[in-house]
Amino acid sequence: MHAFDYATPESVADAVVMLSDHGKNACVLAGGTDLIVQLRENRRRTDLVVDVKKIAELNALSYDAATGLTIGAAVPCYRIYGDAEIAAAYPGLMDAARLVGGTGIQGRASLGGNLCNASPAGDTIPPMIVLSGEAEIAGPNGTRKVAVEDFCTAPGRTVLEDGEFLVSLHFPAPLANSGAFYRRFIPRNEMDIAVVGVGASVVLSGDRSSFVSARIAVGAVAPTPLFVREAGEALAGQPVSDETIRRAADLARDAARPISDMRGTAEYRKHLTSVLTRRVVEGAVQRAKE
Amino acid sequence: MADRHDEARPDESTHSEIKPGTRFTRRGFLKGAGAGAVTAAVAPAILVSEAGTAAAQETEGVMSATISLDVNGSTHNALVEARTTLADALRDRLEITGPKVVCDKGECGACTVELDGKLVFSCMTLAMDAQGRKIETVEGMADGDSLHPLQEAFVEKDALMCGFCTPGFLMSSKSLLDANDNPTPEEVREGLSGNICRCGTYPHVFEAVMSAAEKMRKGG
Amino acid sequence: MSQNGHKVIGTRPIRHDGVDKVTGRAIYGADIQLTGLLHGTVKRSPHPHARIKNIDTSRAEAHPGVRAVVTAHDLPQIADKLADLGEAIVNLRDASNNVLAYGKVLYKGHAVAGVAAINLHVAQEAVELIDVEYEVLPHVTGVLEAMEDGAPILHEDMKTTSMGEETDKVSNIANHFQHKMGEPDDGFAEADVVIEREFTTQTVHQGYIETHNATALWNEEGQLTIWTSTQGAFSVRDQMAEILQMPVSKVKIVPLEIGGGFGGKISVYLDPVAALLSKKTGHPVKMTMTRDEVFEGTGPTPGSYLKVKMGATSDGRLTAATAYMAYEAGAYPGSPVGAGAGCIFTPYDIPNVQIDGYDVCVNKPKTNAYRAPGATNAAYATETVVDEISEKLGVDPLEFRVKNGAKEGTRRADGPVHPRIGCIETTEAALNSEHYRSSLAKSANGKVRGRGVASGYWFNFNGGRSAISVSINPDGTINMLEGSTDIGGSRASIAMQLAETIGLEATDIKPYVVDTDSIGYTDVTGGSRTTFGTGYAAHATGQALIREMKERASKLWDVPADAIDFEDGVFSYRDDAEKRGSFKEMASQAGDAGGPVVAQVSTNPDGSGGGAFATHVVDVEVDRETGKVDILRYTAVQDAGTAIHPSYVEGQMQGGVVQGIGWGLNEEYIYNDDGSMTNASFLDYRMPTTLDLPMIETIIVEVPNESHPYGVRGVGEVPIVPPPAALANAIYDATGVRLRDLPMSPPRVQKALAENGG
Repeated sequence: MHAFDYATPESVADAVVMLSDHGKNACVLAGGTDLIVQLRENRRRTDLVVDVKKIAELNALSYDAATGLTIGAAVPCYRIYGDAEIAAAYPGLMDAARLVGGTGIQGRASLGGNLCNASPAGDTIPPMIVLSGEAEIAGPNGTRKVAVEDFCTAPGRTVLEDGEFLVSLHFPAPLANSGAFYRRFIPRNEMDIAVVGVGASVVLSGDRSSFVSARIAVGAVAPTPLFVREAGEALAGQPVSDETIRRAADLARDAARPISDMRGTAEYRKHLTSVLTRRVVEGAVQRAKE
Repeated sequence: MADRHDEARPDESTHSEIKPGTRFTRRGFLKGAGAGAVTAAVAPAILVSEAGTAAAQETEGVMSATISLDVNGSTHNALVEARTTLADALRDRLEITGPKVVCDKGECGACTVELDGKLVFSCMTLAMDAQGRKIETVEGMADGDSLHPLQEAFVEKDALMCGFCTPGFLMSSKSLLDANDNPTPEEVREGLSGNICRCGTYPHVFEAVMSAAEKMRKGG
Repeated sequence: MSQNGHKVIGTRPIRHDGVDKVTGRAIYGADIQLTGLLHGTVKRSPHPHARIKNIDTSRAEAHPGVRAVVTAHDLPQIADKLADLGEAIVNLRDASNNVLAYGKVLYKGHAVAGVAAINLHVAQEAVELIDVEYEVLPHVTGVLEAMEDGAPILHEDMKTTSMGEETDKVSNIANHFQHKMGEPDDGFAEADVVIEREFTTQTVHQGYIETHNATALWNEEGQLTIWTSTQGAFSVRDQMAEILQMPVSKVKIVPLEIGGGFGGKISVYLDPVAALLSKKTGHPVKMTMTRDEVFEGTGPTPGSYLKVKMGATSDGRLTAATAYMAYEAGAYPGSPVGAGAGCIFTPYDIPNVQIDGYDVCVNKPKTNAYRAPGATNAAYATETVVDEISEKLGVDPLEFRVKNGAKEGTRRADGPVHPRIGCIETTEAALNSEHYRSSLAKSANGKVRGRGVASGYWFNFNGGRSAISVSINPDGTINMLEGSTDIGGSRASIAMQLAETIGLEATDIKPYVVDTDSIGYTDVTGGSRTTFGTGYAAHATGQALIREMKERASKLWDVPADAIDFEDGVFSYRDDAEKRGSFKEMASQAGDAGGPVVAQVSTNPDGSGGGAFATHVVDVEVDRETGKVDILRYTAVQDAGTAIHPSYVEGQMQGGVVQGIGWGLNEEYIYNDDGSMTNASFLDYRMPTTLDLPMIETIIVEVPNESHPYGVRGVGEVPIVPPPAALANAIYDATGVRLRDLPMSPPRVQKALAENGG
């Protein structure tokens, strides 16, 4: 591991200054579960590690049934699923928060970190997309907001410019008759990187017999997690049935453009996208009915 | 350079504690607030004096600093670089060798410790990040001569063979039981799913945890 | 009291090393600290096959934190010489070249230089400053490709040895042997059902959690001490003496606690490099491997290709079997294909057998022993074919195995005749087990379920050399020094055998695994020999102690020693009932009658006693859309001869099963076209986690081994043999599709199901 400096700013402004001073030679540390490993393997080099865990906004966790959920970028997963009210309101998000890495990872790993790491297979990203998550970014030019589905631009790359960093994530309050669900496929029962991950969020009609709207996102099948707009739109106004769900699953599969690597071939991943989308939409429907 | 018998460690007197809100730099020194390349908003405290740079040359400009770590209820001083992980600080600086370095990537759980009561992998936590937090390792589980009920149960149920994964399993088990004193077998397996054992002790580990849980519920 | 009437054997006392291991006090190789310690690391080849044109170490040596750099030129040149390391025969010249490449690199990860520096970060930086000029050569990683004419040749001077004779052919095939019994062609002609199938398996690693380590101190007097985690301190000593060409008396190996070995921690990798670095620097040098180095730079077990053909009559009797077995040796010759051949048909009594075995070099790390090396690959093939045959004949697969089971007097294809063995007893116990008798409930969620069985065998090698040294404390407890490093509970089971012999409790014996200067030669812990071999020595030690104590009693009581009996832990004088005393009572007085009581024994028993058999039963659930296989229930049945410590036997059984499950469902080295392993981490080399297994039930059968005083058979290895085959048969039962390529990972299962309309 190459040597670096370490700093612990206590405010957003201080962090922006440090990051702007160093541009590409600084990186942000929250839980460190990706960063430290990458530094050790020399997959990343940095001159300065900016530890943002002392900044209040990054540790914020608040939920209001009217205005929704705000999660600071450094909030570790265990705090999120440990909050009973939030866990009950956003079970789809909890699916991912509980999956990331395992208990030891969840003691440190954050949704913000998972998003900024921008792995195509990041488990928390599809659920954040389908829950219409919004990222709040601070930088030398002030703050700005970006929809989570637009945040990742390529494997390991995001919309963050030099000097910018992620402050928090915001999710709208859940609607009535809505449900969200995330599942991934892995060869074992724990520990693996997703071969394919699918998140779905649905809003059902009052009598729960048809879809009002749906959002579907898939991970590990493209350079970034994919928001498959057309798959969700294909369900809007449609009855809840095997046929309509299957059609949406096929659209998700068609949108997938996976590579073949040691975790799976492209064909296998496309096949799994279809299978998993179907199961995940069914899971979201189930939750909407509860 | 045959006269150097120890790992090159810059003279400790040139180093001071890292305080929150400050910046640790390897590049040299800062005389007071507002000097050099940083703005007033980020005024760092003095960290290293110029004298430190002589020692720094031996290690290619990489500075070390003494930090204070609270491990198992005692305060220890450790001389670390920014890149030193908590695992390395515990094992090589403080000779607390319970946590093991196995995969260096958080894929096996052998380096698990508790940080402020939460399980973390010490191989992916910077030592400096652990300052000011309570660190607990397997060495702190026993109460003097009395083993923790989990430790006793592991021995009784033969939940270890080579023993290398055992400190990690004990930490994870302890964390599990601290949060849930009556886990189902499924909850035990999930709680321990971040720890890999290759000798195949899983069945006995589950028995040990269930047995310890029962004992602890009864006040044992 | 255990079932056989033993007092200690068969009970479950606490293991002696337990408390140290649960408190973090146990010292493993990487935990050791010495004054003035330097840290070393290795530079490794990025190419799977290349000539080394030049190694320039000047930039690294100029780095201020670096203290020394070594290459193969710092090692003495060694002639071809074979050595028996306890689980494999090794050519020491190859071993030396494997430690530091000379002339050529033969696999990606092959070590080319070693660096010692003031700390590990500097050492890692220095590695990048060593410039190696390579001439890249074409490489070959598949066993069948390596056997073809025109394949890239690893060793230009290696000619195939075939049927014991060296041929003229330069090839990657190091050795071809054949075993033949009867006339297979006639046997197949007699058969009503003949099945011939091909199988492939991939490279798999032992996966021990603790990485390799070695700390070396070469002092001013030329005395070399190595602290290391190893399965065989004396084997390491021998290897070091040979590789460094120094007298054995100048080498001391101190074995520390070992975090798993399974056969992979017998050959040396870091030790000679650390020794050279220590010699050059005058400081102790500590070296540890990272996880990816363990995968790429140590000794996994071979990938292989097998073709098995078996024939049976319609009344369920096997008449003939043949096998073509091609195993990857890796970069240097010496795969366990021979052992595999000794196991492949051994659970069966078949009159006509032919086995052709091929040891083939490929550009992968040199393979090494992994728990019953060679046998798991073989059983995957045989047990699947047997399953097909029994299904075709409409016979229950376990009853088929009972009917054709090997027994005392059956001859193995490679020659030996079985003495008393428990093959049929083991299969019958599986047949009668609650698991096998229970019915398998249907899945509720659209998945399919199935049940499979498989058998396996592993040898009980000749007990090997073991030495024990004991001294009795005045309170009657005993300090026992022995040389068998403890990888699974052996120190306790040896203590138990000694305790049983002299009528003490296991807790009265304090076992210590000591260094090579402190005890007589002891062979490695491996080959399932330890409880047998060192236990044999423990028994002999017990006898020696009894004789010694009788002498003391004779002085104390002033009676002839030959009139003193020892029974049930009590010494007594035949002619006077008053003159008696327990071992402990005598011990407290014995010092007065002739000084401290000590005994030293070394043994090397003959005869292996026939080996151990296992039969496993597994229920699986398969998700046909994803190919995911989950295990619902697993029962392992095994003949232990006599279970000295039943918990440890169960532990060994469960341990082998877990490894076998990983091997069967997910573990493999995934190579890309560059001859590079792409998944050299625990993330993508997938070993079972707690959520991947059900509880594993164990049934211990005891058919005592007649060549051991307590009837012991080796138990550690055979449990890894049946699982992949049992899983394959269960997947077939669930889906109607047979998989013949390991691992049976989800993509492969899904593809096979999709292709077969399953």
